Amino acid sequence: MRTPITTYLSLAVLLVLLVALPTLADLANYPAFTSVATRVLIYGIAAASLNFVLGFGGMVSFGHAAFFGIGGYVVGILYQHYSLGEPLFGVFPGSNQLLVTVPLAVLVSGAMAALIGALSLRTGGVQFIMITLAFAQMLFFLFVSLKTYGGDDGLIIRRANELGGLNLRDRPTMYYLCLTIAVSFLFLLWRIVNSRFGNVLIGLRQSERRMAALGLSAYRYKLAAFVISGMGCGLAGALMANFMRYVSPDMMHWTKSGELMVMVILGGVGTLFGPFIGAGAFIMLESLLAAWTENWQLGLGFILLLLVLYTNGGLQALFSRLFRRDA
Amino acid sequence: MTLFLEQLLNGMQLGVTLFLLAAGLTLIFGIMGVINLAHGSIYMIGAYAGTYVAATTGSFLLGIPAGLAAAALTGIAVEFLVVRQLYDRDHLDQVLATFGLILIFNQAITMIFGRQPLFVGLPDALSGSVELLPGLFYPLYRLAIIAVGLLVAAGLYLLINRTRVGMLVRAGSTNREMVRALGVDIRLLYTAVFALGALLAGLAGYMAGPILAVQVGMGEQILITTFVVVVIGGVGSVKGAFYASLLLGVTDTALRAYLPGLLRQVMVGPEADALGAGISSMGIYLLMAIVLLIRPKGLFAGNT
Repeated sequence: MRTPITTYLSLAVLLVLLVALPTLADLANYPAFTSVATRVLIYGIAAASLNFVLGFGGMVSFGHAAFFGIGGYVVGILYQHYSLGEPLFGVFPGSNQLLVTVPLAVLVSGAMAALIGALSLRTGGVQFIMITLAFAQMLFFLFVSLKTYGGDDGLIIRRANELGGLNLRDRPTMYYLCLTIAVSFLFLLWRIVNSRFGNVLIGLRQSERRMAALGLSAYRYKLAAFVISGMGCGLAGALMANFMRYVSPDMMHWTKSGELMVMVILGGVGTLFGPFIGAGAFIMLESLLAAWTENWQLGLGFILLLLVLYTNGGLQALFSRLFRRDA
Repeated sequence: MTLFLEQLLNGMQLGVTLFLLAAGLTLIFGIMGVINLAHGSIYMIGAYAGTYVAATTGSFLLGIPAGLAAAALTGIAVEFLVVRQLYDRDHLDQVLATFGLILIFNQAITMIFGRQPLFVGLPDALSGSVELLPGLFYPLYRLAIIAVGLLVAAGLYLLINRTRVGMLVRAGSTNREMVRALGVDIRLLYTAVFALGALLAGLAGYMAGPILAVQVGMGEQILITTFVVVVIGGVGSVKGAFYASLLLGVTDTALRAYLPGLLRQVMVGPEADALGAGISSMGIYLLMAIVLLIRPKGLFAGNT
């Protein structure tokens, strides 16, 4: 595929803008914007992970908040054991090192995704939507009942994880960390989507039977994609736990899965940048509407409804329809 | 033994409530192929409208037509304005559009009725208990719910298996295109089925009012359980929904009643209670996972 030079140029401009964002926010006398942008980046990673199975693989998972929550809880639980000085299960010491907790969060969510995916992918269609939802609810109730880790109230992480000499409580530092991770993650996704594996996945979405006729095992490819996606959500959850310094079962509530889906569809299903645009749009919309009226959910509901009913392909498609008639 | 029977009846009461919701949901999915997340909102609307009228007029009976009418009208409006455009879309669009509807309904109800839950007293005729067996007293109202639920189930059975409309419904869930090709006004059928489903959901909501608090969010709580019922029973099968509702109702109630006690024998009191409550809440999802692993299409799935 030929990529026009303008695409590279606009990407470079975007990157420069993103790097300058905290400075610009300070100059505009609105430093809180850096925090908003950090949240957008974190939710963008989660939404992009969901989009990987949903948009490219055609698997409508309604339980991705589970992996987001697990990622967060790995960080929270490790920190609790670190601060109390008692080992987890009597064996593993806790940790507050970002380079330990985040990779562990990714691994644990990947393992959970392998388990849930292996069971869920035996079904398809509406059953798949419901069984992923059911597994997420199961985990939600499990964490609600774990009094050791805060139960309903969640876990407070008094100090963010340590990473070298960086102070992750500092908003711009956290922002740059998330930006670096988000960009690397997006690059990785781009490589995967354009690889042979990605092509098989897209082929599976179009026609599972055709792929089977080519001698490919659909189940294995889908499971691998599901695991990658779960790991991505776990990564986002681990970052969120560090950013908010708080985890709670709400992170894996089913409405969170719904929100992630909304972000994906807002930005455009099956596009690389879409989920980030969608996450941005969703968070902006939420804060704008919330500032304007207490009944912001009403507005959000109507916008969502109109978007689904009258645009096909979300905001990105809407923009390209508006600005590039030929696209 | 008395406790066991009482829990069994409680389980049946939860089961028939679930069935009233699941019957509509499974029909809507089976015939129109639409996942309707807003079904729980219609349950909530039935509960609010009925309870409000009952509380204002002081008559429990007057609340019934109010709740049913509000639910059915909402259902028709939702079908006409939103769901009609989703028939040919994929499940993702349906999930998102009806997720939007949930946000709208929840906020609208909050704006109209406020955040305080509504309560309604039991009707005088149903407020006592009856002695079913020596030593087993059971609230009359809960028995009435079970009776209504079983009556509706019988009525639905007759409607679906013995009438012309029922024949079309069965035909529609087997092969939608063919029914349309035979010249049946499928749109009318769709609206009728949707309204029927909404009516049953409203009935369930109103009847649950005196037992649970009527509040925003009550719809989603039961909606997810209802989905579990529909999936376990087999999507599109009313019979499956019936058996799955009772199975789930009894399982859930039994776990909640007995599990904390069992755990308390091996753990400390409060922690056992918390863990017991957690595992009981997980029970139905675990049941669903097991059923789907053995029969990926549910217990009573049709050929579709």
